[in-house]
Amino acid sequence: MAENPGQNAAEVRFAGVTKTFNTGLTAISKLDLDIRAGEFLTLLGPSGSGKTTALNLLAGFQAPTTGQILVDGNDISGLPPHKRNIGVVFQHYALFPHMTVRENVSYPLKQRRVGKAEMARQVDDALRMVSLQAYGDRLPRQLSGGQQQRVAVARAIVFRPRLLLMDEPLGALDRKLREAVQLELKRIHRDLGATIVFVTHDQDEALVMSDRIAIFDAGKIQQIGTAEELYDRPATQFVAQFLGESNIFTGSLRRHGDTCSIDSPDGVIRSGTVADTLAGDDAAIVVRPERCRLFERGKAPDDWNSVDAWVSDIVYLGALRKVLLTLASGETAVVICQPDVEIPAGPEVTLGFPVSAARTVTAQWN
Amino acid sequence: MDEEKPTSLFARRLLVVTVTLTALWLILPLLVIVPISFSGENSFAFPPRTWTLQRYVDLAQPMWIGALINSLVIASLVAVGASFLGTLTSFAITRSTSRLIVIVRALVLAPQVVPIIIVGLGIYLVFLRLDLNGSYVGFVLAHTVLALPFVVIPVAATLQTFDRDLERASASLGAGPIATFIQVTFPIIRPALLSGTFLAFLSSFDELVLALFLQSPSLVTLPVLLYRRMTDTIDPTVAAVATIQLLFVTTCMIIALFLQRRKDSNDQAPAAET
Repeated sequence: MAENPGQNAAEVRFAGVTKTFNTGLTAISKLDLDIRAGEFLTLLGPSGSGKTTALNLLAGFQAPTTGQILVDGNDISGLPPHKRNIGVVFQHYALFPHMTVRENVSYPLKQRRVGKAEMARQVDDALRMVSLQAYGDRLPRQLSGGQQQRVAVARAIVFRPRLLLMDEPLGALDRKLREAVQLELKRIHRDLGATIVFVTHDQDEALVMSDRIAIFDAGKIQQIGTAEELYDRPATQFVAQFLGESNIFTGSLRRHGDTCSIDSPDGVIRSGTVADTLAGDDAAIVVRPERCRLFERGKAPDDWNSVDAWVSDIVYLGALRKVLLTLASGETAVVICQPDVEIPAGPEVTLGFPVSAARTVTAQWN
Repeated sequence: MDEEKPTSLFARRLLVVTVTLTALWLILPLLVIVPISFSGENSFAFPPRTWTLQRYVDLAQPMWIGALINSLVIASLVAVGASFLGTLTSFAITRSTSRLIVIVRALVLAPQVVPIIIVGLGIYLVFLRLDLNGSYVGFVLAHTVLALPFVVIPVAATLQTFDRDLERASASLGAGPIATFIQVTFPIIRPALLSGTFLAFLSSFDELVLALFLQSPSLVTLPVLLYRRMTDTIDPTVAAVATIQLLFVTTCMIIALFLQRRKDSNDQAPAAET
């Protein structure tokens, strides 16, 4: 984040925003979201979860059915997109094909009637920021995909917007290039200090880049927080399954003061926590695969949760190994372990994990 | 394509022969008119036995000049009108969400499928009431209806594949709807619009059937005059006009092809890696 966020960065608030299309489809329902000045916020979710609609509403490409969108406290609902002063980077670049790189990048300055000399200076700065100084006279189609996306970024930041929106901007790039551009975007975010709202369905991308992540599903935010918060303390089964891998046990809940347990088909699973928001008796307990260990059948520590399991496969991932298990109930489970950890001779084993690693979440997510 | 079988050589030769014959079949009748235009005889006999430039001198008569000017004026107005209306129609067809737009599309493209003689008769009867027969306005209106598809088809096709994100991008960068149209949308549909306008001009310039209905002694277009001089008097001056038209259209086509090729070679410039 910039030294003094707020100066170059806008603060955004969605207040009870609903968007229903003519077709009757509700893309977003009663969305409340506060985006802090200068933060890199990622909207993460499966396709059709409403994250892109949220972005389009903010950019002004669509109008909310009800609710307000405030930027720095001002309702911008009545402003057309060209008066919002928000930079947008599109998934498929949306570079003007008949203009050179320089003409593309000077476009927003031309609309603002910036003087010639000043324009040249700012365009140079923006092109330098994305390392494309030498490509000013090329046409977009003469550039590679990664270069085109960098031009799109330069064009969106050259007029120093205080809010920058990116809609799956790396979706069309191959993996290696994507990682390079991710780091470059983080650096640009630091240099620019602007608030960035980034849409993606790629959880790794979200984890690498974001200050905070908002997880969308079915038009609602399921949970918002830092990557760490979401990964370690998922609030719902959906979040636990969407972000990273999880072993999940479902059943009816029993509360024991500050702790709880559930009666799952694979036995009683104890958890160190009760989710405050938990309503009803249907709950799930999730545990991350790297917090699990494998033991010879019946040899798990007494104060751990233990479940009978059968090894169905072992996958070598280079730095790690992934053991795929089948449980007595027919459910599957995964254990991820370091290569130096010994895996007991199977196939009959016991899956064990500390009670403190088991987290209670809401079972239904809609 | 390197490992071609021996039979494909035969197939390729057959293709060359077929294409050449077809081309000759199409072009020879056109080319016959060229020597005839220099014929010294007062007929269309081929091949000519004597030679003269008299046909071309005869073209200076007010009758021919007047018809040519009428045709040029009408065709130019039609080109302008059809490109303007055609562009608007194309936007409507490709962007309207109304279900009735299907009807508009069908109506606009109808002149391409309805027999021209029926269109001609219909327009003639309506224009009788409106007193538009034999007037510039009548000609321009009627020919614009015919020319509209030549503009709508290529422009709508371009708009169909047009990336709407370009317009959103332009808006997000600070350009209002009009500025966006001028700077982004129009330059991208311009090639299609230009070729459509060119075809609209030509469609009016050599249109005969409607013109026969709409003509009056005071307003005769070039195709009408050519037709009359052929059917009434067998005037070889027609051959001279035809030769000039042939030359003109061929030149236009060659220029268009040349421009197209230059654009294509630009498009194929290699993409550079960092």
